[in-house]
Amino acid sequence: MANIIRKKRDFHNVSRGWNIVLNIIAGLFAFICVFPFLFVVIISLTDEKTLATNGYQLIPAKWSLDAYRYVFESGDALLRSYGVTIVVTLVGTLISLILISLYAYAISRKSFRYRNFFNVFAIITMLFNGGMIPTYMVVSQLLGLKDTLWALILPLAMNAFYIMILRTFYSTSVPEPIIESGRIDGADDFYIFLRIVLPLSLPGLATIGLFSTLGYWNDWFNALLYIDDPNLVPLQSMLMRIENSIAFIQQNSANSSLSMTALQSIPQDTARMAMVVLATLPIIFAYPFFQRYFVQGLTVGAVKE
Amino acid sequence: MATFFKNLIKNKVMLFMVLPGAIWFFFFSYLPLAGTVVAFKEYRFNRDGFWASITSSKWVGWDNFKFLFSTNDAYTITRNTLLYNIAFIFLGLILSVAMAILLSELVNKKMAKIYQTGMFLPYFLSWVIVGYFAFSFLSMDRGLFNQILGWFGVEPISWYSEPKYWPFILIFVSMWKSVGYNSVVYLASIMGIDKSLYEAAMIDGASKWQRIRHITIPMLSPIITIMTLLAVGRIFYADFGLFYQVPRDSGTLYSVTNVIDTYVYRGLKTTGEIGMSAAAGLYQSVVGFVLVMVSNFIVRKIDKDSALF
Repeated sequence: MANIIRKKRDFHNVSRGWNIVLNIIAGLFAFICVFPFLFVVIISLTDEKTLATNGYQLIPAKWSLDAYRYVFESGDALLRSYGVTIVVTLVGTLISLILISLYAYAISRKSFRYRNFFNVFAIITMLFNGGMIPTYMVVSQLLGLKDTLWALILPLAMNAFYIMILRTFYSTSVPEPIIESGRIDGADDFYIFLRIVLPLSLPGLATIGLFSTLGYWNDWFNALLYIDDPNLVPLQSMLMRIENSIAFIQQNSANSSLSMTALQSIPQDTARMAMVVLATLPIIFAYPFFQRYFVQGLTVGAVKE
Repeated sequence: MATFFKNLIKNKVMLFMVLPGAIWFFFFSYLPLAGTVVAFKEYRFNRDGFWASITSSKWVGWDNFKFLFSTNDAYTITRNTLLYNIAFIFLGLILSVAMAILLSELVNKKMAKIYQTGMFLPYFLSWVIVGYFAFSFLSMDRGLFNQILGWFGVEPISWYSEPKYWPFILIFVSMWKSVGYNSVVYLASIMGIDKSLYEAAMIDGASKWQRIRHITIPMLSPIITIMTLLAVGRIFYADFGLFYQVPRDSGTLYSVTNVIDTYVYRGLKTTGEIGMSAAAGLYQSVVGFVLVMVSNFIVRKIDKDSALF
């Protein structure tokens, strides 16, 4: 019996030779995807002097933990931007989950009279946007959010696309009869939402929550536009600023005595790579969750109402 | 009127639910829409705020657009945005579908899962991080590429000031970041194909290649069509991070790295040509809108359920 099953499986599969070739291709691509991160980890663990003479090497002549020691000892700025990023990510994800789940629920309910209006109200924003400059003017001038954490939180809080995904999720995973029975028992819409709909749609919320967490953690664009105060710079943006200030000094190196002292105050190559590693590690740790819910979210989003 | 208020009261719980989100849309989507009017003005900042700045700026009609299209910039940024996106759409489609089929054919499913995990990683990293990654390869004096070239006795290349390499670099980086993720989308649909189709084909003596060619690819074609058309709808929008972070905002590379989004940003933050870059932004929004509508219309014709709206 076992033999027969085995034979059947063999028929389904590609030949042994092809299987090896396919494995090599897939493995090679996967390796190319992961390699740059490993390379940066290696650079961050290289001795600074070795680096200066040999450049970035795959197997450095001399290893060292100095970069990490340096980052942790003199890393006030790093710790502060970690803090900013964590606060923005947590508060932002919470706010966007509340906004999106409420909005999506209301437009998923057939009993809501203005359902179509608010559905279209959201969809229009996907089709036509004012673009960077008017948005910048609204956020900085009208709302006065420049150099506040809200400038990092609010612009990313809503997204019509997430609303559509969650709306689909509600209408496929929360059966109408359950809601009806709640209504017959005398529960109002808000109670039904809180006690019946939310618990049933946790996987959908988790997907949106992870999209949103990732969006906030990786955001540097809003900081680029709205943040000048060095105390409010998030992690990604800080990495960017270090880069730019070095480029600036190198371009203006005519004034060499000044640039030498300025260069010394900026973290060296290994320390910068160590910061890159430290900024990426949380994502690597959260990776298993991300992967699971992202795949799920993709398949959820693919089914439409 | 009375019935209107009655309806409002009847729907008050739901209305309260959409209210926070609707306010957000009003401020972050609809007001900026009204703000696009600055594209027709000679923008002057007024310290009395948003409305004052808009109303006190002088109306110049189409002048900003005339200036924009009389420069070479308009042509360069349109060309770059379109050509890069066309390359991303075509290559991305071929590589992602090929990778998905390849992963689905691997005998050892555990290995397939491991490869997939690796390929997925770049999608989760920010463009700042990817910029650093690229630098570790492309740095003039320390980068890995120049070291490797050195082994063969080739002179080091100043990557960040040689425009001719950048179309390839940007396309490679874009594929590196997105193929893994997109192949997962296609892999999910391959997994959903009815297995009995393959069995029937096998009984009829179809080879592996014939089964892929005549079952897998036709079964994937709806999702391929939809993903492609949606991408075509966004062909006028470039990925700001890719074109800003990876070339490290290097001025000598602008001829091949400047796209509409980076042009608008530089107008706002560096050159201060607000009117002209607002004009470029509006040009992008309008053409983008037309393209989304057209592609959505086509998607609707093909498969009503997959359309955006």
